[in-house]
This record gives sequence, structure tokens and C-alpha cells, in this order.
Amino acid sequence: MNNRRMIAIEYEQVSKQFSKNAKPSVDRVSAQIEEGEFITILGSSGCGKTTLLKMTNRLLDPSGGRIILFGQDISTVDPVTVRRRMGYVIQQIGLLPHMTVEENITILPKLMKQDRETVRSRARQLLSMVQLDPDTYAARYPSELSGGQQQRVGLARALMPDPKIMLLDEPFGAIDAITRISLQNELLRIHRETKKTFLLVTHDINEAMKLGMRVMIMDKGRLLQFDTPHNIIRHPADPFVEALIRSAYEQQSFWEGVQDD
Amino acid sequence: MLQDCLNYIQGNGSDIALRIADHMKISLIALFAAILIGVAGGYAASVSRRGEKWIMNLFQILRVIPSLAILVLLIPVMGVGMKPAVTALSILAIPPILTNTCVGFMEVPPFMLESAKGIGMTEWELLLHVRFPLALPLILAGIRSALVEVIASATLAAKIGAGGLGEIIFTGLGLNRTDLLLIGSILVGMLSLGSLGIFSLIRRILMPYKYRRAV
Repeated sequence: MNNRRMIAIEYEQVSKQFSKNAKPSVDRVSAQIEEGEFITILGSSGCGKTTLLKMTNRLLDPSGGRIILFGQDISTVDPVTVRRRMGYVIQQIGLLPHMTVEENITILPKLMKQDRETVRSRARQLLSMVQLDPDTYAARYPSELSGGQQQRVGLARALMPDPKIMLLDEPFGAIDAITRISLQNELLRIHRETKKTFLLVTHDINEAMKLGMRVMIMDKGRLLQFDTPHNIIRHPADPFVEALIRSAYEQQSFWEGVQDD
Repeated sequence: MLQDCLNYIQGNGSDIALRIADHMKISLIALFAAILIGVAGGYAASVSRRGEKWIMNLFQILRVIPSLAILVLLIPVMGVGMKPAVTALSILAIPPILTNTCVGFMEVPPFMLESAKGIGMTEWELLLHVRFPLALPLILAGIRSALVEVIASATLAAKIGAGGLGEIIFTGLGLNRTDLLLIGSILVGMLSLGSLGIFSLIRRILMPYKYRRAV
């Protein structure tokens, strides 16, 4: 038996060019993500991080290279099938306003004609996992929830099919700082409890470093560095990475300066 | 005057009931036809950019022609009676439904589609569970304004012998009897208000989430 963990996601020279003359949004990215890892993708807007994520569940198809999930080239799998095997969470959440929390979480398994009682009890279990009391929240509509609560429901919906891989695109980008911290901590707890592979896109270096076991740093479509937060901070591989880390330090020293006053 | 009205109602109860039934029948048939065509056309228009301009323009032009003119124009084609009346009223009712449906579908936020697609909905499921329900509030608003227009305009159907409350009003006009004019108009008004009431009840059943208090 191989001692190493299985490769969950493999990017092989993946590129994406939206039009013939445009610069590639993602430029020959290669990386391997092991099963159970929490990976964050860090970069400023337009660096290609969201494009890379969307190619992972075939919301977009690469114009070059291959993406392999658990040994299977996803270009050979029907896009809907690929997506049903993965959890997907976006910043705007996208809960359907005409459905209750429970209906939102269970819509897909119901469409797939899974047993109603099983689906229902799993939904309630997931609501508890994201710290929402099912008795209070299951029957509410999204408009009756705060932003943070809505994103908890978004997480529960993504976890519903018990996917091996969770894709999260700036999930806490529109959430206030205090709630964001607690949601980050809960995401870490959910990761520990479920041992799924997490891939989270963010432009916030603190979030990337806090959540990621390894961090992919992207700029202008290229993957500049892919390493543990510790190694990135100690050995930045690129001037851009260095600048990024310096910016974080500067912010920190501002806070320390305030404390000293 | 009031006494005249009451006398007439007492003497002609069954006749009035028949007029009301005819009025509602013409209006509802026209409205249902308009809903079918308007919703289908509006969806088609929202899907194709070229089609959108084409379909919208066609019905905007039809809308400009007064209903009375359409009624008269239809006589050589369809004769008199219910058929031309229903056709003319449908033409009147389609534009608000069509326009609202088209806008409703086009204004479904892209992120709603992205997240639903991202969790694995097929195109058909997207239409059924995301696009249509999210367009529904606007579609219903279009139907609502069509409903009011149709019930008011159905009065004209009497001009070509299709019956309805218009009969009472036109008789009143011909005989110069204010009591008939009053009865006819008030009944049309009450029908409008009554259908609006029923309509908002239907809306409440279709979209319960719109009636919950937001946090």
C-alpha cells in the first residue's frame, strides 16, 4: 500500500483564455492537492483564482491542460455529474428566495429522487453542524436570516451530497468582520470533522494563511507559489509574494502601534 | 335615482347575473389566452436577443391600436359574438404580460444561476426551480394589470354582440337612462376590485415567501 494520501485534485498545465487575443486568465497552472487538505487560493481580483476554481467543477472548461479528480480526467465526465459530486459555495450565497432553508438544502437530493426521510434527517443534522438549530431555522425563508446565517445554510447545502471536495469562492467576502472570524473557525472545525478536501478562494491574505494548510498564490493567471503558510512567509518565491507578505506585516504593525499608545 | 336603480336590480336580477357571468367569461378566457401567449412569448423573447426586439415591438404596435378599432376590424374576419371579443381582449392583455415575463426572466441574477448550476442542476431544473420562480413576481404583476384592463375593456364587447355588462351600459346610453349607466359602471368596478382581491389571494398562495417579514 502507498503510504501517501490519494491525490484529490490534479491540475496539469491548466490554462484558460476567454478570447483569442486576450491574455490568458489562467496560465499553465500545475498543482497537486491531496485528499483531506485545506487549500486556499490567494490573489487579487482578476488573477484567475475564481476561474481556476470554476474549471474544477466544469462551470468553465479549460482551453488547455487537464484537471484530474481522483484519477479521472473531468473533461470525460458530464458537467452535471461532476458538480453533483462537489460542494460549491459562492460569496453571494444564492439561496433561492422562494424556498425555505430546508427546501434549499434538500432541493438537489429531492430532484435526484432520494429517500425523503433520509434526506430530511441529513438536512437537520447538517443544520446542527453549521450551528443553526433545525427546529428554529428549517422552516424559515432566506429573507428571514442574517447574512452570516444565510452563508451557514449555503455551507449546509454544499455539504448535503456528502461531497469529497468542497469548492468555496470568497464565501465570507460579504460578511462583517466579527461574523467572518467565527465562520472561519467553524469552517476549520467542519474540515476537521468531515476530513473533506477544501479549496477556498480569497483575496484576504489573513484568511488564506489562517485557513490554508497550503496556500496557492496567483497573479496574472500564473501560480507563483504553492506551499505551507510557514514556508511562504519564510521563503517567498517571488517579488509579488514578498509584497503581499509585507502588506500583511504593515497592517499588523499598525495594530500593534495602536495597542502601544 | 337610487330608487330607480334598486327597482331595476329587483326587476332584472337574473338578467344582470347573466351579464356578469358573460362579462367574466369573456374576460377570463381572454386573460388565459393572453397568459399562455404572453408567458411563452416573453420567455422566448428573453432567451434570444434578436427575438426580444422583434416580439416586443410587434406587441407594442398592437397595443397602440385602440381595442374598439380592433373589435371593428375583426368583424369581417370573425363575424360578431364572443370570438372576436375574446381575440381583441387577448391582444390588449398580451403586452403587459409579455413585457413583464421577458424582463422577469432577464433580471434573474446571474449568481443565482451560478450557485444553482454549481450544486448540479440541469438546464431544465434551472428553468423550473430558479428562473421561473424568480421571474414569477413580475409575471404576476403583468397578469394583474392585464386583468384590470381586460375587465374594463370587456364592456366594449357588447358593441359586437358578445354580451356582458356593456349591454347594460350601452342600453343606458341609448335610452339616456342614468340608472342603467350607474348600475353597469358600478358593477364593472366591483368586478375589477373583486378579481383583484382574488388575484392577490392567489399570489399569496403562490408566493408565501413574499408575505413574511424580513429580518
